[in-house]
Amino acid sequence: MSKVIVVTSGKGGVGKTTSSAAISAGLASRGHRTVVIDFDVGLRNLDMIMGCERRVVFDFINVIQGDAKLNQALIRDRRLDNLYVLPTSQTRDKDALTQEGVEKVLNELREEFDYIICDSPAGIERGAQLAMYYADEAVVVTNPEVSSVRDSDRMLGLLSSKTARAERGEEDQIKSHLLLTRFDPRRSGDGEMMSVEDVLEILAIPLLGVIPESPAVLRASNVGVPVILNEKSRAATAYEEAVARLDGEDLPMKIEGEKVPGLMSRLFGRSA
Amino acid sequence: MNLFGFTFNRKPKSSTQAKERLQILLAHERGSGPSADFLPMLQRDIVEAIKRYVQVSDDAVGIRMDSIGDVSSLEINIELPVDQKDAAKANKKTAAKG
Repeated sequence: MSKVIVVTSGKGGVGKTTSSAAISAGLASRGHRTVVIDFDVGLRNLDMIMGCERRVVFDFINVIQGDAKLNQALIRDRRLDNLYVLPTSQTRDKDALTQEGVEKVLNELREEFDYIICDSPAGIERGAQLAMYYADEAVVVTNPEVSSVRDSDRMLGLLSSKTARAERGEEDQIKSHLLLTRFDPRRSGDGEMMSVEDVLEILAIPLLGVIPESPAVLRASNVGVPVILNEKSRAATAYEEAVARLDGEDLPMKIEGEKVPGLMSRLFGRSA
Repeated sequence: MNLFGFTFNRKPKSSTQAKERLQILLAHERGSGPSADFLPMLQRDIVEAIKRYVQVSDDAVGIRMDSIGDVSSLEINIELPVDQKDAAKANKKTAAKG
């Protein structure tokens, strides 16, 4: 059974693409056939983070419009042979994405892949809506900062109302996970950054992982290697653990300088 | 200073303020999110209804929603042209418990 997972946030610059790249590389390293799709039409960047920017010939939009076959547009990762990237167009705009086109491509990918990761653009417009529309699960990337948390709350509202699963009815709703990124345990300990508990209490969805603020993230993007596959770093370890949880493993949460969130907050269902 | 700093010399942590501001804001946004969407449509319908009787332009209607405590008020201001019969300005105000 394949899973479509959207990586979304509302706010820009919180780490959606970094997380999409790390999560897809992590799932592929665990042996799953994985594809990661860039939904940010016109502002393509996943290709750079994945380090395949010079190998793009055809893209997602070409496939949707019938100008190329899906397997012509899929780029196989040079490091992991069960990892593929579907880049988007740099020249078209978001209106080139159609709901039918997206559905057709995702259905075709479902035949071949275990995990389909959709890297959403920022905002709540067409690209972001279509990235989440067919998702089975969502990874909501949030920074411990007021505007990011507010936007994540808005995205959770959209995930539970404007998606195929929401429109189909009560059961099998999208499973949303919180991925807290750019977390600084020291500043949080000093009371100048919200704690993991604070954000969990506000958003009330299960915690997938906490990625510490780390210079390794910029170094990885400089060289076009997903954080998980580059040097050993705390961010890489945190992403590995988050991926293991996404893949169904029950790993205890350890956050430096923080109380470990209790069972109650991890199991907290979204009530509002 | 530090001897008493623990109790007297401490400003509220900014992270606490962040959390409290978010909790208040989101409680409001979650509750009133979709319901505020009807305001433009309400405005259009009101203008249309008025236009059947008097000539007013679309921008002569002001709609404002406010909520203080558990009371939400909807204020509708319609400016009627001077040459119309009666008033130069009609002011209709409704308050509903929210």
